[in-house]
Amino acid sequence: MSSQNSTASQMGQQPLSREDLAKLVAADIAPGSYVNLGIGQPTKVSDYLTPEQQVTLHTENGMLGMGPQAHGEDIDEELINAGKIPVTELPGASYFHHADSFAMMRGGHLDVCVLGAFQVSTGGDLANWSTGAPDAIPAVGGAMDLAIGAKEVFVMMSLFAKDGTPKIVADCSYPVTGLGCVSRVYTDHGVFLIEARDGGPRLVLREAYGIAPEELVKRFDFPVVIAG
Amino acid sequence: MTEFVDTAAEAVAGVRDGATVLLGGFGNAGQPMELIDALLDSGTTDLTVVSNNAGQGDRGLALLIKERRVRKVICSFPRQSDSWHFDAAYRAGELELELVPQGNLAERLRAAGAGIGAFFTPTGYGTSLAEGKETREIEGRNYVLEHPIRGDVALIKALKADDVGNLVFRKTARNFGPVMAAAASHTVVQVAELVPSGSLDPENVVTPGIYVDTVTALTPRTSQTQEVKEA
Repeated sequence: MSSQNSTASQMGQQPLSREDLAKLVAADIAPGSYVNLGIGQPTKVSDYLTPEQQVTLHTENGMLGMGPQAHGEDIDEELINAGKIPVTELPGASYFHHADSFAMMRGGHLDVCVLGAFQVSTGGDLANWSTGAPDAIPAVGGAMDLAIGAKEVFVMMSLFAKDGTPKIVADCSYPVTGLGCVSRVYTDHGVFLIEARDGGPRLVLREAYGIAPEELVKRFDFPVVIAG
Repeated sequence: MTEFVDTAAEAVAGVRDGATVLLGGFGNAGQPMELIDALLDSGTTDLTVVSNNAGQGDRGLALLIKERRVRKVICSFPRQSDSWHFDAAYRAGELELELVPQGNLAERLRAAGAGIGAFFTPTGYGTSLAEGKETREIEGRNYVLEHPIRGDVALIKALKADDVGNLVFRKTARNFGPVMAAAASHTVVQVAELVPSGSLDPENVVTPGIYVDTVTALTPRTSQTQEVKEA
């Protein structure tokens, strides 16, 4: 990525690259947070967390204080992340069994979980575990636990599907993973907040990238509030 | 009392056809490969296997499925890039699958070991995996009733056992081991090393020997560098 692109993205003149999106999510994680990063794109967020943030990474297969991916001689078959990628341990790391690991998630002890998604509804429903294709072999892993466990669930995804339709929808057409659980959606074209309030949640466009906010909100067939 | 046997074959000799077997491991980490190999050699069949995954490559649980010893798998994530034996058996209709969210799988096992009749969990509420299950709103939040998963036998892997069956594990290979040890009528453990009682710090024992029935110590395998695939 050239610095020119980076500058353009920051000015909102281009959609965010995947790296810029990861950087943005990382910068939005409060210092001192306990965080679980989902498999796939969310894993990239760890590349942009700074030591000053003092973020502790949780992996649901039983570890806090997970370090970067292991390479070469550091690879240990018994030290892996939820994606079964070999990782490293940082000073202060701890290990625990699966029931404890999910209890700390379900019990609301994790501050932030960052997940990928197929769709997010305006009410914060998440669909990320199954496309519903009849011939697919189903697999859910920790997706449903992660969706409802953390204090805040951030989604990272491209805003538009390949056919050009938005992946933020009034109601998920894909099978849901959890209801009313997503609080923010980070996309290449904009960051959206799902704000709880009396009378139901509202969708707020915090900022847009590569498109004017007024143009972006026209792409949806439901109201999106532009942050003032 | 914990019994100690010399071979993996003796350790799994009590597993009967039709048994529900709790198999430790998350992917290959913590999977008791030698015990599974012995189970394969024993010819035991018609098993219900409870495990996080459904086997990878040509090792462990994947081979039990390949040989059609498994009637049903209860797991959270069967589909992997190298789960070809599961995929083939499932698509052929020769293997029943109960898909359980990973945290519910762990908690259902924990509940079995802890004598809990059932529990309400928010995980899965409103999803297809909770269809047909009892639900309840408690203090404004919606929950699904989930029941324990008990095993006739658990096969797990630990790093060390002492003379009374106290266990310590290693890194993320611990995963389901402790909850499965408590959830089965008979728990069989393969360890890399047996140590005398008194040599494990009691403060650091992860699974007390009360949960452990049979232990076999295995010469650690020569280090196998696995090609690691995505989940």
